[in-house]
Amino acid sequence: MRIDAKGMHYRPMNKMIRDAVASGQKEFELDNIGGQRYIGAGLNENVKITINGTPGNDLGAFMNGPKIIVNANGQDGLANTMNAGEIIVHGNVGDIIGYGMRGGKLYIKGDVGYRVGIHMKEYKKQVPIIIAGGTAGDFFGEYMAGGIMILLGMNGKSPLVGDYVGTGMHGGVMYIRGKVDPYHLGKEVNCLELSEEDTKLISGYLKEYCEYFGFDFNEVMSGKFTKLVPLSLRPYGNMYVY
Amino acid sequence: MESQLPAEFIVNIDHERCRRCKRCVINCSFSAIEFKDKVTINNRQCVACHRCATFCPESAITITQNPLDYKDGYNWSPEIRKNILKQAESGGIILTGMGNPKPYPIYWDHMLIDACQVTNPSIDPLREPMELRTYLGAKPESLEFEGDINNISLKTELAPQVKLDIPVVFAAMSYGAISLNAHKALAMAAKRMGTLMNTGEGGLHEDLAGYTDRIIVQVASGRFGVTSKYLNNSALVEIKIGQGAKPGIGGHLPGEKVGEDISKTRMIPVGTDALSPAPHHDIYSIEDLSQLIYAIKETTDYKKPVSVKIAAVHNVAAIASGIVRAGADIVMIDGFRGGTGAAPMIIRDHVGIPIELALAAVDDRLRQEGIRNRASILVGGSIRQSADVVKAIALGADACVIGTASLIAMGCRVCQKCYTGNCAWGIATQKPELVRRLNPEVGADRLCNLLTAWGHEIQEVLGSLGINAIESLRGSRERLRGVGLSQETLDILGIKHAGIGQ
Ligand code: SF4
Ligand code: SF4
Repeated sequence: MRIDAKGMHYRPMNKMIRDAVASGQKEFELDNIGGQRYIGAGLNENVKITINGTPGNDLGAFMNGPKIIVNANGQDGLANTMNAGEIIVHGNVGDIIGYGMRGGKLYIKGDVGYRVGIHMKEYKKQVPIIIAGGTAGDFFGEYMAGGIMILLGMNGKSPLVGDYVGTGMHGGVMYIRGKVDPYHLGKEVNCLELSEEDTKLISGYLKEYCEYFGFDFNEVMSGKFTKLVPLSLRPYGNMYVY
Repeated sequence: MESQLPAEFIVNIDHERCRRCKRCVINCSFSAIEFKDKVTINNRQCVACHRCATFCPESAITITQNPLDYKDGYNWSPEIRKNILKQAESGGIILTGMGNPKPYPIYWDHMLIDACQVTNPSIDPLREPMELRTYLGAKPESLEFEGDINNISLKTELAPQVKLDIPVVFAAMSYGAISLNAHKALAMAAKRMGTLMNTGEGGLHEDLAGYTDRIIVQVASGRFGVTSKYLNNSALVEIKIGQGAKPGIGGHLPGEKVGEDISKTRMIPVGTDALSPAPHHDIYSIEDLSQLIYAIKETTDYKKPVSVKIAAVHNVAAIASGIVRAGADIVMIDGFRGGTGAAPMIIRDHVGIPIELALAAVDDRLRQEGIRNRASILVGGSIRQSADVVKAIALGADACVIGTASLIAMGCRVCQKCYTGNCAWGIATQKPELVRRLNPEVGADRLCNLLTAWGHEIQEVLGSLGINAIESLRGSRERLRGVGLSQETLDILGIKHAGIGQ
């Protein structure tokens, strides 16, 4: 199904998509998208949505299955509380992407904004993953409770990542390609070298990632990664008295 | 460090009457009672939960406050001195449970309800219909109809509404803070009584699947257990911004409470702390709030009312106005006496404002701005009795929310130890041997009885007011009078002093 979204409000457009999904439609191509919010929000089926243009905030919020490809930049709140599915963005995105995300993949070609992956969590087999090819703003992985985040810095911009990386982190793992100065780190984070298992884990995801965006896999892997994990699963356990 | 703190309570066993059945030993979940030849007490452990005394077949147990007098000092009260000792021994933030126990004024107790005499007849609620039914949700500005007199239909599209048979709903209490059996009892009672329970922020256990049309599902900053299925299987969706007992701070379910079942419901690994950040990090403005409200509406195809819950704070009226303009169908305001499973004492006892004043201010503000119809107002934060419900509705609330009262109905003794996970009554605990103590069926019966009784009492008052529907009382502040209140308080409440007629 192809929708020309020029000048269309998100409400009728998303309703059209929901109705078409309910009647069995599997593929959507949305042209002339310009800031329409909530595309794919709450969809539970394994449909594919290709977006030509820049979608608005909360793309794929509460989404549970679809694959969304954005042939432009994204905005804020992508994959908000997403449960399953894939979002692939051929550009940069804004702030608080992957908030409370609990499953699925979020692959961003370029830079990501502030508070990426905040309170991302995992449950058994549901392990969410965010990969960004460029740089990230402050509070990367704040309150992170699970899942995997990989930041590549392929465009060579600096700083690679903003301040307070992993503040309040109490689960999950981050891999950052390059050196992270200690003063950028939150105080709940521990810096480690990659083990063989780590390398194996990230190469699986990065192979797929490189295929989407045409990066050279070997070049990506030739960089030195820093692994960040929480110091404790219970960072605030000792602060209280009964 | 050895503690210098004296015991708070003294447990007395009448050994003459005691027949050494050891029931008290088995029932004490705080390790205050042991059996060494005879029942022996460790007074320091006692929290006055009354479990032992309730189940002693000989009524051989009495519990008293430790009659340890302190040198008089109005300023340095024993409580303040004890708190200093605790902190000097630990360096920690003092954690506590339940609602604010401090003697701040309770405005409900300074408001009196009108009644009919001579010139306007009262109604007998036993023999005439008395309508308590209430609909929650946005109401249209006006109604348009189509067709002719013989075949008329409503043209205006109504926003989704939730029907309540009694204007009292159960407060948000998460699975995690309270037990599954407590959740089940609340869900069963809500269904039977035609009202609602609220999941709180801990997700919905699969055993409650049969009750979802009577369940408010919450979306809080931690987003625990929030999926599109969770949002769609609900009576309505509530965005939790704040809580009366702890305005402006987040939640923290300690890792030891996150066992297999909680982990599954919250969708986090076993043993990790379930941290809810203080703010939703995607909400820094009314516009951002609106974005989340509409994300939920899109996800639920505009079929569910969306409520926004805030704590009553100084600027509550302006905030509520923003919430309504952001698109919420319901504003839930939680007063500073609202309960909690765990909160820092400094916040619970010193932050926020009374619900009576907050409610009056919000209702006024929404009326002044001509947007009162756009949202229902729910209020909570220590609604203790049906009289409080009547007064709240006369002040402008659509319905009330009860948390602590519902727990007391199920057996809670307000011992304020909810954060320990040792609740002797099977309510605020996840320990299987304690959870078992609360039979969901019995809990549900007790809750239904409470609501049934309140329903009758409300009907009595409506009858004496000469009205036959709760709708006629809503916002009718003329039917309230204040006693012992300053002019400023009366002005905020929008009521006259007792003794002033119409
Ligand atoms: S429950 Fe009463 S009678 Fe039984 S051992 Fe305890 S004090 Fe004695
Ligand atoms: S719920 Fe349990 S622990 Fe909390 S106050 Fe009531 S009886 Fe005490």
